[in-house]
Amino acid sequence: MTTALLRMHGIVKEFPGVRALDGVDLEVAPAEVHCLLGQNGAGKSTLIKVLSGAHQPDDGTVTWQGEDVRLANPIAAMRLGIATIYQELDLVDGLTVAENIYLGHELSTAGLSRRADAQRGAVDLLARLGHPEISPRWEVERLSAAGKQIVSMARALSHDVKLIVMDEPSAVLDQEEVARLFRVIRDLTGQGVAVVYISHRLEEIRQIGDRVTVLKDGRTVATGLPAKETPTAEIIRLMTGRSIEYVFPPRGNEPAVPDAILEVSGLTRPGEFYDIGFEVRPGEVFGLAGLVGSGRSEILETVFGARKAAAGWVSVNGKRLRAGSVDAAVSAGLGMAPEERKSQALLLEESVVNNLTVASLSRFARASFVQRAEELKAAREQVEALDIRPVDPTREARTLSGGNQQKVVLGRWLLTGSRVLLLDEPTRGVDVGARSEIYALIRRLADDGVAVLLVSSEVPEVLGLSDRVLVLREGRQVYQGPADEIDESRVLDLVMEGSAA
Amino acid sequence: MSEQTTPQSAAVTPPPDEHRRVEKAAEEAGRPASALTRVMGSSVGRNLGLVIALLILIVVGVITAGDRFASTDNMLTILRLASVIGVVSIGMTFVIIGGGIDLSVGAIVALSSVWATTLATQTMAEDTHWLIMAFAALVVGSGCGVVNGLLIAYGRMAPFIATLAMLAAARGLAEIISDRKTQIISVREFVDFFNGSLLGIPVLVWIFALVSAMGWVLLNRTTFGRRTVAVGGNSVAARLAGIAVKRHTVLLYTLLGFACGIAAVMLMARTTTGSSTHGFLYELDAIAAVVIGGTLLTGGRGTIVGTVLGVLIFTSLTNVFTLNNLDTSTQAVAKGVIIVLAVLLQQRVAARNGSP
Repeated sequence: MTTALLRMHGIVKEFPGVRALDGVDLEVAPAEVHCLLGQNGAGKSTLIKVLSGAHQPDDGTVTWQGEDVRLANPIAAMRLGIATIYQELDLVDGLTVAENIYLGHELSTAGLSRRADAQRGAVDLLARLGHPEISPRWEVERLSAAGKQIVSMARALSHDVKLIVMDEPSAVLDQEEVARLFRVIRDLTGQGVAVVYISHRLEEIRQIGDRVTVLKDGRTVATGLPAKETPTAEIIRLMTGRSIEYVFPPRGNEPAVPDAILEVSGLTRPGEFYDIGFEVRPGEVFGLAGLVGSGRSEILETVFGARKAAAGWVSVNGKRLRAGSVDAAVSAGLGMAPEERKSQALLLEESVVNNLTVASLSRFARASFVQRAEELKAAREQVEALDIRPVDPTREARTLSGGNQQKVVLGRWLLTGSRVLLLDEPTRGVDVGARSEIYALIRRLADDGVAVLLVSSEVPEVLGLSDRVLVLREGRQVYQGPADEIDESRVLDLVMEGSAA
Repeated sequence: MSEQTTPQSAAVTPPPDEHRRVEKAAEEAGRPASALTRVMGSSVGRNLGLVIALLILIVVGVITAGDRFASTDNMLTILRLASVIGVVSIGMTFVIIGGGIDLSVGAIVALSSVWATTLATQTMAEDTHWLIMAFAALVVGSGCGVVNGLLIAYGRMAPFIATLAMLAAARGLAEIISDRKTQIISVREFVDFFNGSLLGIPVLVWIFALVSAMGWVLLNRTTFGRRTVAVGGNSVAARLAGIAVKRHTVLLYTLLGFACGIAAVMLMARTTTGSSTHGFLYELDAIAAVVIGGTLLTGGRGTIVGTVLGVLIFTSLTNVFTLNNLDTSTQAVAKGVIIVLAVLLQQRVAARNGSP
């Protein structure tokens, strides 16, 4: 590896009170796919921010094509040929695809933009990425998450790029889109571009990766591992210091109460989903499986009243809910942990206490005055019961890891006394260790008699956690039955081929 | 069932060393900053910059204008002037924390003052009780606030646009009603009461103090205040947590309209008139005071103490300038510069306390 494209050595980055990177080494060869693995908080995000010039390291060296360089800012990194595609895509919704691709380095003559050239350039780049179906004239807003990712990559390629950093690109994609992304990545490496690929999904790393670097607690614990041959157990041991992969808790017994607490019938929103009906009993976990865009999240939001059903009804304890009213749903005992935790559930700038009690505030108030001692006591109980870390409930929610934030959202609904929990992608952005904790927690809630309606894009998660599942394809039910009577390949077959027979 | 799950959850609990590491990290993160954090976290500490600015202003005032500035009379004048805009600014603080903005406050003050001083209202007040006039101003102010709130929450209009329309319409209506004439208040009891003093402090100042105190309690101790912060901080999350965001928005603008009504009463007493020109550019002064006070224009964060200090700084500044015979144009330029400096300072403080 004398011809390394990039070599980072002994990188240290400190934030007030936290040493986010504590001597990280990373070496990337030209035209390879180098996977970066590590739990949340291991320092992956900080490392790529250093690499993209967004953060300045406090110590350590960066060598690019054999020369020491300083990545003083994102433009400097860009000039060298390092492009970063962030999890939160940095595209401007109101501009067209072509305008986004050339944003910041518009093709222009004497201040007038050369639109035709930009269009042509964009067509070439999109074709090079294997997505000629995306028109450069479309506004980015109408593209799917996958489409936006392609535009981000096209933007990177519009510079003379030698290294593309991808931060969890697959998190927003379904399986087919991931497969297409991998084709694109292979094309790129074929053209000599190196890729640093970050993902939580080990199976993806096996498919696409060449070598793996593992981070733990801000340090490199292993580097240059062969991506395809290194045993899973070994990787997980390196990441966690533990040697077991997450496991699903055993299913509960037959619910003691046979009557359904949540009933959904004939629920329809044209264009999203049609004639959806199911029942969930107390103590039961009911899973919705399907591809992104199959209507899973929309169904959940409609049950919760955040969207209004065009037809059909939802009832809780035999009483029908007013359609399109979150208020009614919450008073009936429903709680929801939405897909986008940060933008839809959390008050990031506020304390864990305030986040926990926001839905049950009137419980802690007398004549509208919040009884802070009672509130804090209840919050402490939740923090302890759910094992939320750090243990300090006065911390701002944004300082918590993904898994702990998710527990805060669950705790919020436990405080309202919810008997029906709607969980949309409960483990998204949650690291491997914390995942099993969330699984165990969900099962514990069910054992306590809560009815859980679960949506996940990871089929093993739905099957492993649920008692019964409903499989969706393009908004329609293609299977409903016990989770242990169907396996992953059958589900995939159903959602992709869609033969209900 | 629980026996079944126990071994599983035990297996996934991180080993003790990791536990310790996390706790240690938390301790380390907390310890070095803790004393500083506690001071900076308290409302006085967070507003330390503002307190210092106010003190500097006072020193400048004493140096340049001597006893003319430092006299009790002048202090009461500053406070009396601060009271009217102060009450509006307290209301504005709630709307801005709740993620909104209101450009129509000055116009609402004008309309309320005109409505409460029409011949008909004054006659009714003389026949019954002088409080009728105050009541009229409060009802008109609140009514305008309700309309603003409904347009924004249920009409889905941008707050900027809805209140811009209210600004034009309310002042226009005030002109129509008053025929652009200044309406003198002839109800003596009204003027006497509000221009009076209690324990040597003007009633107007008492009102400002009371409104500030109630505002503080409302923001920091009640469910309403907590929900205001939630709605402004993340309205989607607030809605999905079962908060009636639309209703809350209407309440916020109504509260501000009510505050404008109070301000109208105070202004009527101070000037002994009602006029369609009352409250001119109050929207700018109020927003400036709130922003100087450290409230985020994007919502979700702000303090009443900061706003009060912002108002006092602004009013003292005007007073110092006037005592030094600076013309109003120079004052306006200076105000602009102060706003910019204050916001730059606040941002730096926020950045220091903020990111990890």
